[in-house]
Amino acid sequence: MAEGPAGLTRRQAYERRLKRRSLTTAGLSTLGVVSAIVLLVPLAPGWDRVKTSFFNGEVFVRTFPDLLQAFLLDVAIFAWSAPLIAALGLAVALARDVRNPVLYPLRLFSAVYTDVFRGVPVVLVVYLVGFGIPGLGLPRPWNSPYIWGTVALVLTYSAYVAEIFRSGIESVHQSQRNAALSLGLSMSDAMRYVVLPQAIRRVIPAQMNMLIALQKDVALLSFIGPVEIFRQAGVFKSLLANFTPYVVAAVIFLAITIPATRLADHLIAKQNRART
Amino acid sequence: MKLRLDHVRKAFGPTTVLDGISLNVAEGEMVCLIGASGSGKSTLLRCINLLEPIDDGAIYLDGVDIAEPALDPQPIRQRIGMVFQSYNLFPHMTAEQNVLLAPHRVYGTPREQLRPQITGLFQRFGLEDRMDRYPDQLSGGQQQRVAIIRALAMHPEIMLFDEVTSALDPELVGEVLQVLRTLKQEGMTMVLATHEMAFARDVADRICFLDQGQILEEGPPNQIFQDPQQKRTKDFLRRVRHH
Repeated sequence: MAEGPAGLTRRQAYERRLKRRSLTTAGLSTLGVVSAIVLLVPLAPGWDRVKTSFFNGEVFVRTFPDLLQAFLLDVAIFAWSAPLIAALGLAVALARDVRNPVLYPLRLFSAVYTDVFRGVPVVLVVYLVGFGIPGLGLPRPWNSPYIWGTVALVLTYSAYVAEIFRSGIESVHQSQRNAALSLGLSMSDAMRYVVLPQAIRRVIPAQMNMLIALQKDVALLSFIGPVEIFRQAGVFKSLLANFTPYVVAAVIFLAITIPATRLADHLIAKQNRART
Repeated sequence: MKLRLDHVRKAFGPTTVLDGISLNVAEGEMVCLIGASGSGKSTLLRCINLLEPIDDGAIYLDGVDIAEPALDPQPIRQRIGMVFQSYNLFPHMTAEQNVLLAPHRVYGTPREQLRPQITGLFQRFGLEDRMDRYPDQLSGGQQQRVAIIRALAMHPEIMLFDEVTSALDPELVGEVLQVLRTLKQEGMTMVLATHEMAFARDVADRICFLDQGQILEEGPPNQIFQDPQQKRTKDFLRRVRHH
């Protein structure tokens, strides 16, 4: 076999040259684009105004601690919504499978439910539930926007999460269920011990993406009252006549969502590798 | 008769798959179903295990019609073991968990109490050092033997084998056939759909040749393999022998 320098085969040497060339090209191209942005954007006529009102270092430092504090409320709302969504989503997904005629209304309800709540913008559900239900004149604490804001998020997200669980359940091959039934397991035991564990494992990456979307959509509750990070940023904006607090809020969100997104992508890639 | 099929009919839409099958299987007997792909062998086994409802006819297990549509299939399936071509082990469970699941869930027997007996089954089939492996860590032959152990753990009265060696690499076929031989010696009542003609000739008590959803010819292996009466049987045997 003909070996090149450094003991590489011809193919390896060729691939190494190719890789080196494409790395160089990618580096130069990125450098070009970044320097163009850095040089050209400040030349825009309104740059100085944008810089002081969006990227004001002084405002950034001053508002950061309070906004971080407000973000804890977002995290809290997320933390108690997520398990409720997982439970309701799974229940709705399973309800579409019930064969008992007594439970038919449940099946019908779950089908209508997923259609309706996937079809309405989240912000509308937040408004309708968040203002509408306390409007019934409920006594404290049952008129709290925390409760009804959470309900709105749970209702909307459970519809999506239920569909993802369903797709997972349907992706488990029929032969698995048949094998379980042939052993004499009941339909519900076959679902619970054989189909569902495999289904849930398969949809974890997709559900991670739903969690990331949920973390961001918690900010929508600001429209009905809770002073979470988005609303707190609005307060600072009015107070200081400066938009930098919104940039701070965006940075804080990104600090959570980017690692979470990378983790989800990593899980998806791992699963694709495992399946091939 | 342990198992008696009486004019069983089954159609998928306009396609008739089983066209009036009648078959008797005695206690301890091994019956091999042979025939081309699509002749109805697999469907017949799936109907006996009530995985497919039949359209007409009757299936008697110990004289009771188990194909009665109003009957709950679950307790009947517990008495009939089935092993599939593609093993169908549960991939998220170890070999041992695969075997423990049904007896534990169906009879409510604690796992600890089941363990000695199940370990015994694994030992008998030479797999005691594979009990804690997941299916994807086992060879095809090992997976299929675990699938057989899994069915045996329910103490079935009759076992159905649906082309259990067809998905295996040739060098792994022998170890699975050896298990079937052992079961036959122990007196298990068995119905097999198989393409292993040599095995069927050596071990089976009776051969049924299926063609277009009917049992065209049946008899002891010698008769079917040496002196088939039907032209289609002769054609089929000639085809499989030349491969």
